[in-house]
Amino acid sequence: MLAAAKMIHSLFLVNASGDIFLEKHWKSVVSRSVCDYFFEALERATEPENVPPVIPTPHHFLINVLRHRIYFVAVIQSEVPPLFVIEFLHRVVDTFQDYFGVCSEAAIKDNVVVVYELLEEMLDNGFPLATESNILKELIKPPTILRTVVNTITGSTNVGEQLPTGQLSVVPWRRTGVKYTNNEAYFDVVEEIDAIIDKSGSTITAEIQGVIDACVKLTGMPDLTLSFMNPRLLDDVSFHPCVRFKRWEAERILSFIPPDGNFRLLSYHVSSQNLVAIPVYVKHNISFREGSSQGRFELTLGPKQTMGKAVESVLVSSQLPRGVLNANLSPSQGTYTFDPVTKLLSWDVGKINPQKLPSLKGSVSLQTGASKPDENPTINIQFKIQQLAISGLKVNRLDMYGEKYKPFKGIKYMTKAGKFQVRT
Amino acid sequence: MLNHRFLCRNEDLKEMLESNKESLKLEAMKRIVGLIAKGKNASELFPAVVKNVASKNIELKKLVYVYLVRYAEEQQDLALLSISTFQRALKDPNQLIRASALRVLSSIRVPIIVPIMMLAIKEAATDLSPYVRKTAAHAIQKLYSLDPDQKEHLIEVIEKLLKDKSTLVAGSVVMAFEEVCPDRIDLIHKNYRKLCNLLVDVEEWGQVVIIHMLTRYARTQFVSPWREDAMFDENNEKAFYDSEEERKVEQTKPYIMDPDHRLLLRNTKPLLQSRNTAVVMAVSQLYWHLAPKHELSIITKSLVRLLRSHREVQYVVLQNIATMSIQRKGMFEPFMKSFYVRSTDATHIKTLKLEILTNLANEANISTILREFQTYVKSQDKAFAAATIQAIGRCATNISEVTDTCLNGLVLLLSNRDETVVAESVVVIKKLLQTQPSQHSDIIKHMAKLFDNITVPMARASILWLMGEYCEHVPKIAPDVLRKMAKTFTNEEDIVKLQIVNLAAKLYLTNSKQTKLLTQYILNLGKYDQNYDIRDRTRFIRQLIVPNEKSGALSKYARRILMAPKPAPVLQSAFKDRDRFQLGTLSHTLNSQASGYLELSDWPAVAPDQSVRNVEVVEPAGAPALRKSKTAKSNEKFYSDSEEEEEEEEEGSSSEESVSESESEENSDDSNKSSSSQSEKSSSESDSEKKKKTLKNKKLQQQKPDILIITYLPPQIMQKTLLLIIMTKYILIHIVLSISTQFFVNCMCSLLHLCVFLACQFDVVSWHVHVSLQASSPVFVPETSHELLHRMTGKGLSAQYRFTRQPCIYGNSMVSLQLTLSNSSDQALENIHISEKSSTGQNIHRFNAIERLEPQASVTVSMGVDFNDSTQAANFQLCTKEDEFSVSIQPAVGELLLPITMSEADFTKEQEHRAG
Repeated sequence: MLAAAKMIHSLFLVNASGDIFLEKHWKSVVSRSVCDYFFEALERATEPENVPPVIPTPHHFLINVLRHRIYFVAVIQSEVPPLFVIEFLHRVVDTFQDYFGVCSEAAIKDNVVVVYELLEEMLDNGFPLATESNILKELIKPPTILRTVVNTITGSTNVGEQLPTGQLSVVPWRRTGVKYTNNEAYFDVVEEIDAIIDKSGSTITAEIQGVIDACVKLTGMPDLTLSFMNPRLLDDVSFHPCVRFKRWEAERILSFIPPDGNFRLLSYHVSSQNLVAIPVYVKHNISFREGSSQGRFELTLGPKQTMGKAVESVLVSSQLPRGVLNANLSPSQGTYTFDPVTKLLSWDVGKINPQKLPSLKGSVSLQTGASKPDENPTINIQFKIQQLAISGLKVNRLDMYGEKYKPFKGIKYMTKAGKFQVRT
Repeated sequence: MLNHRFLCRNEDLKEMLESNKESLKLEAMKRIVGLIAKGKNASELFPAVVKNVASKNIELKKLVYVYLVRYAEEQQDLALLSISTFQRALKDPNQLIRASALRVLSSIRVPIIVPIMMLAIKEAATDLSPYVRKTAAHAIQKLYSLDPDQKEHLIEVIEKLLKDKSTLVAGSVVMAFEEVCPDRIDLIHKNYRKLCNLLVDVEEWGQVVIIHMLTRYARTQFVSPWREDAMFDENNEKAFYDSEEERKVEQTKPYIMDPDHRLLLRNTKPLLQSRNTAVVMAVSQLYWHLAPKHELSIITKSLVRLLRSHREVQYVVLQNIATMSIQRKGMFEPFMKSFYVRSTDATHIKTLKLEILTNLANEANISTILREFQTYVKSQDKAFAAATIQAIGRCATNISEVTDTCLNGLVLLLSNRDETVVAESVVVIKKLLQTQPSQHSDIIKHMAKLFDNITVPMARASILWLMGEYCEHVPKIAPDVLRKMAKTFTNEEDIVKLQIVNLAAKLYLTNSKQTKLLTQYILNLGKYDQNYDIRDRTRFIRQLIVPNEKSGALSKYARRILMAPKPAPVLQSAFKDRDRFQLGTLSHTLNSQASGYLELSDWPAVAPDQSVRNVEVVEPAGAPALRKSKTAKSNEKFYSDSEEEEEEEEEGSSSEESVSESESEENSDDSNKSSSSQSEKSSSESDSEKKKKTLKNKKLQQQKPDILIITYLPPQIMQKTLLLIIMTKYILIHIVLSISTQFFVNCMCSLLHLCVFLACQFDVVSWHVHVSLQASSPVFVPETSHELLHRMTGKGLSAQYRFTRQPCIYGNSMVSLQLTLSNSSDQALENIHISEKSSTGQNIHRFNAIERLEPQASVTVSMGVDFNDSTQAANFQLCTKEDEFSVSIQPAVGELLLPITMSEADFTKEQEHRAG
């Protein structure tokens, strides 16, 4: 029996209106009619997110991810861990974003040659070859306006001639011969709060997860260590491959030779024993009466445990019940919109002033004859708090070894709402 | 017009490619790549493009490579022109150029260059650059899929590359191993420790592949670390395969983990911290399948961490957690809140979370969970609300303390405004009531009152069933409901009609005074119904309940048949039997076996020799094979009769492939699988052995009383057997049919009759027909060949064809054909081949031209034809050196079908679609 070839066979990119706008095959060509099964699933799904990620067809399996309103549909012929494919597709999207700034249909179409060159390097025979951004950038240079102009005049190319040195070294994530006049290393500690708050305002579940994103522009082969004041807070961590795991296990110190440029050093979860501070509260009064075509809608936001920092970029959104026809509300600050088709209410609040709490009041009208909705809508809140890691995590020191110069170092903290929901 | 412009553009591009300017050529190639990306056909430009393959400009060259790989298969002859360039590039001092030359050369799917590829791979496997060696490992798989006959040579290369110490090569060569020779476990022994130690430094994608392979390896080489955990062993049905003595021996010996087993667990643990979700999942499944149970908890946190990743990742991880949480609630209970549903989750994420929460429910946390469920029931997403109601039903049956609370809650939902919510509640209440009907006659009355307002057919049918089943508890209401139904009978849905007939029959038996006329009226309506199911049912019921001279003995038992007490349905998780698949696999996600799925074998009862992994000691080559057959023996105790011994003798001498195949089949704890392997055997056996088989089946029945296996039974006996089951009141009947095709049709007919009959007995019969036909092994292959070309018309050349009913190796959509060509003339025929021109549109894979066919000689070749799923004949030209003959092959519908195995759920689903 012939073993069916494993891993990714082909890739189709499908836009929001259901058109295939790019296809790439790593083995024999698979007819694009295979996507019909995907379109069927797309039609059946009420929301774009409801398309099942794995779709079996008579001869193939379709594994898709949805990002930036583009479906990346991979065609598989036989058994393969589905997460393998899903993770890879997300890497492809990340790479496009890294190369073109945005990952949109227009950007992909404009750069179709680079896209093709990238895909060619990222997979060989359907098996991932180079997915590390540092290596890819040595093989294929990202398009910049200047280079495009120069290339058209001189006929020089985007493609590197030498094998990226990283591929062979013990630090495959870093290219060699990096040179900067200003040596800088910036670290952003970003924490997100996921929470579900119930009707009465008590917390059903709340968790903090965080990431440390880095932008490192250092000459040569620097070896960095980063230590925390309170590493015990970190309950569960996942690292960039550059972090030495043994050192972390023994001393709780992050020791690593960084990749060049932007990368995610660490993601973590704050242990669930710690109580999570909830920075905002919502007072709500949403009611529909039986028989009446009007409903009352009142929201007031206020700061709670913010450690004296301001809550900014607040955005409230809520999916109102299907029976709602329109909303007639007045915000005390910011602007609100209501889409009568999707029934999505969103209120861009801005900054919360503790002296004058923002509120949104008014009435919603129901369709005549529609019965009272069973459930009050859930309210989703987004916010940002600068210069604060809500878990209390603090970086102690950042040291550099292996190079002689003095780099400029910077650490920034920020707290954001993750999936922050209030049930009403 | 459009076409014209397209042609013009092609002309332009051709001109640009042929110009002297690099920049023009590059521009042209970029445009062509744009065309390819859009899926447009640019094959016409092949000659112009291929000329640039030797270009100095590296970007131009790369784009030409992209083009070549895409179109070489279609333009094989022209593609050959480029081969020499690659051969030269393979010797280039720049490793990047060597590697990319090998990449492209091996990607050109042209069979003629197989020897060149083989040579290039062998050379590259010893290259100094690990990057080139990695490319060689990838090329192995490509060559294997192009020409499987090269397997033995490729295994040699794999063996060499497995010894490679570079982390760059490790992942790729293991991938090649998994593809080409996953059964050659013996190749891994010597490299096992090295792979374990390299693992942390291998690139992430390679890690996933290596971890999956090592999981399989470990399950064949180490003994089970779960021995103390008696619970698990029982679930695993391991006891069924092991003989008694062995278990005793096991118990007396204390368990010490093989240091190599420990090495694997220790070295994979840090990878739980990987940023790559596939790696984390791979390690999790490794721990699940290999680690002692008390060490499992370390994977929980990492899996829960993955839930914060993208939607698609959540989907796969939640599925795996759902399977795990059935067997080990404790693992995820502390993280229960991570599975709370958010209104922004996609529906399939919501239902999976619900599934897990239901699995985690116990006496201690049920009140918290039910409170959470109350919020979900009100969800605007009605499909999700309905799923929640089912979940509540499952909690109610599993945890008796809350049964009444749940039931009351569900009754309240009956006055909900949403129809799907009400319907789902009715269905769930029906199931709950079956457990304790006598205490709940008021609920039944309440439902009867609501009946007029409920329109969902399934809900109406459920209420009617409840009325009929418990008509003695509601003696006044039931006849009244029947009266109303008699009026509306013709307007009801089919499932409702069936239940009306049932209700009528049951009332006739218990309360014939009031309902005799009504029943007769309904039976008359049913007799002329459009749906044959309803007509059948009506006819049957009439014969059964209305005594007449023809009805014979059966009607005496009518009451006992229809009113037999029925066991309450067990509400189970949909993930209950998912653990038959290795976690983290595609098959697990789909809950059906994907092609290429490698089954995880059971732990060996006795550990194979550990010293095979010692790198210093050089062992004789034959050793591993012997050892393997020993393990196979210990696992095959169940089949301890003469045939097995024969098999063993074979094993000793023949290749190892067959050993591990039979081992994996027979080790599998999946009962379906073992029965199918049995049926394969049985089909080749003579009649005298049938008895033995039936005996075995009886043994199986004793082991698994709810599964009945009927093998080789003539229809009469089958009917009797089924009758027997009816008497013994089985609700779930799995009928596993392992019969050859000649029998198949007959048996299916009688089966269908029986099922109609059965459906009357049990109103909630779910019946499954597992037809053990597997794609790889057709049950019946006809020997008859059809004439393609008569020797008179063929001037001495005659041809016959035969459908082999094997999966076609030339392409998935092709049908495999065997062609027998014979020469009945008195002179040799030369150059027999199929002409390139095919008059009809079918895609034909031609056999290689036969250079010479001697007089009276004949030769058999295979070919593939893609009939495009139609029965239209494929016409083509069969040519010899001198002549051309038009021939045509007309397939029967049956030959175009691929037998498949499908799960019971799929079957019932498909069946519903096709209901007459």
